[in-house]
Amino acid sequence: MKSKSKRKISLGSVFINAPYFVWAALFIIIPLGVVLIYAFSDGEGGFTLSNMASLADYGGVILRSLWYSVLATVITLLIAYPFSYVVCRLRPASQKIANMFVTLPMWINLLIKTYCLSSLMDGNGLINQALAAIGFGRLSLMNNTGAVIFGMVYNYLPYMILPIYNVMSKIDVSLLEAAEDLGCSTAARVRRVVLPLTLPGIVSGIIMVFVPSVSTFYISAKMGGTGDFMIGDLIEGQIHNQNSNLPVAAALSTVLMAIILVSMLILNRFSKTDEGGSMLV
Amino acid sequence: MKTLGKVFMGIVYAVLYAPLLVMVVFSFNGAKSTTTMNGFSFRWYANLFADRAMRGILANTLLVSVCAAVLATVLGVIAAYGIYRIRSKPLKSAVNTVTNIPLVNPDIITGVSLMLLFTFFGGLVLKRTAVLGFATLLIAHITFDTPYVILNVLPRLYGSDASLYEAAMDLGCTKTRAFWRVVFPGIVPGIFSGFIMAFTLSLDDFIISYYTNGHYNILATSLYTAVKKPISPEYYALYSLIFITIMLLLTAVNVLEIRSEKKKLK
Repeated sequence: MKSKSKRKISLGSVFINAPYFVWAALFIIIPLGVVLIYAFSDGEGGFTLSNMASLADYGGVILRSLWYSVLATVITLLIAYPFSYVVCRLRPASQKIANMFVTLPMWINLLIKTYCLSSLMDGNGLINQALAAIGFGRLSLMNNTGAVIFGMVYNYLPYMILPIYNVMSKIDVSLLEAAEDLGCSTAARVRRVVLPLTLPGIVSGIIMVFVPSVSTFYISAKMGGTGDFMIGDLIEGQIHNQNSNLPVAAALSTVLMAIILVSMLILNRFSKTDEGGSMLV
Repeated sequence: MKTLGKVFMGIVYAVLYAPLLVMVVFSFNGAKSTTTMNGFSFRWYANLFADRAMRGILANTLLVSVCAAVLATVLGVIAAYGIYRIRSKPLKSAVNTVTNIPLVNPDIITGVSLMLLFTFFGGLVLKRTAVLGFATLLIAHITFDTPYVILNVLPRLYGSDASLYEAAMDLGCTKTRAFWRVVFPGIVPGIFSGFIMAFTLSLDDFIISYYTNGHYNILATSLYTAVKKPISPEYYALYSLIFITIMLLLTAVNVLEIRSEKKKLK
């Protein structure tokens, strides 16, 4: 009798879980498998490494994407951390408003924000027009590496601020007071109390900025020079251009996934929070 | 130190909002330019409402977002309840890991992998080369929306009191009835926030849509075509409207929250 009822329960949970399990298998797991199939097949069903080997030509682009996104992530962190610190010291009501104005730009599509940013920084853009009006020469702010990094920092900054702020604002003030009573200087308080306690926020901020940065396209195409395109631009070209090459796009995607996976593993060593839960804070 | 902090904050906000200010200002431009102001006019707003192609695109966008959000909410709630009831720890963590994949993967990978899946099976099963369109776009949106619904509903389920459900059963409720009368009311707020999140993510998504939409144009994909050349200020007008609407909504929500917190303190 007992075993029968047990069986009934598990049957019930099979029914409840079936729709999502099927969906996740079909549209989350199998697609990743299909990427691998494309990346390692020669179009006639045979196994080949030639697609992966052809990536040797793109080694420079892959390294560049990594380097640009690491730079953008570090700069974003260096801005977001003190920014969150300043916000945390405001009155609660002001903190809410400050936070709201960090969130607001996230609701506007990245494409149009980047376009507007370029229209400010262009050779004939608004900044240069203003400079010309007061008698200064032109600055070339666009079509270089700095502009690409700036574009990424601009777009992804809120994604770094929010998780750090969320963790920082929950720090118990009495901990800081205790540290002060025990003789810590301001710098020591930040290093020994605030920094360790905000580490989970920093880690999720880094993930939320690094992942879209390393896979960025459009920002690099719009704001960078001819030598600034990134993996994302390559993948886009291999799929949407006239002579599209899906196997190469799949091979590039495989490399991108590997990069993300490795960086996740490295980051996980720094945070002991349970899987994924901290991702969104 | 305090003034330095305020100055720093001011600079960050100024940079953050400068492009958005440009967008709003130039949406009132008299001329078709986004770099030189030539008088003030509402012509781009008028154009926006008269533009039939744009209305079609907006209708497409709404259709996909509403369908995706509704279906993802249904699927996500069922999934969350299923995950909540899984006893086996390894199975539970496996399901959670899979659920996290679309959240952690870059959008471009999610988009490309779904596109390859659709073309692969479209070619194999349907023997067609052009499979991408409304259906594939909808599937893609449901796929990236569902994890957010699950993440919004699961904490509510874990926070609910399991003994209430048992009590309902003891009092003669069937399982289904106990779910609807005891469990469901407790997770409604999570369902609602999950739905809103799914809907706004669908509205804003560009990258995944770009790889799975075929010729079915939505706002973000048509925006991409627009930003590759000198953009029409019509898009500035549209996004200014969105910007102002969201600013008003967020302000209202925050003011209400601040007020209710002040009341609590009294």
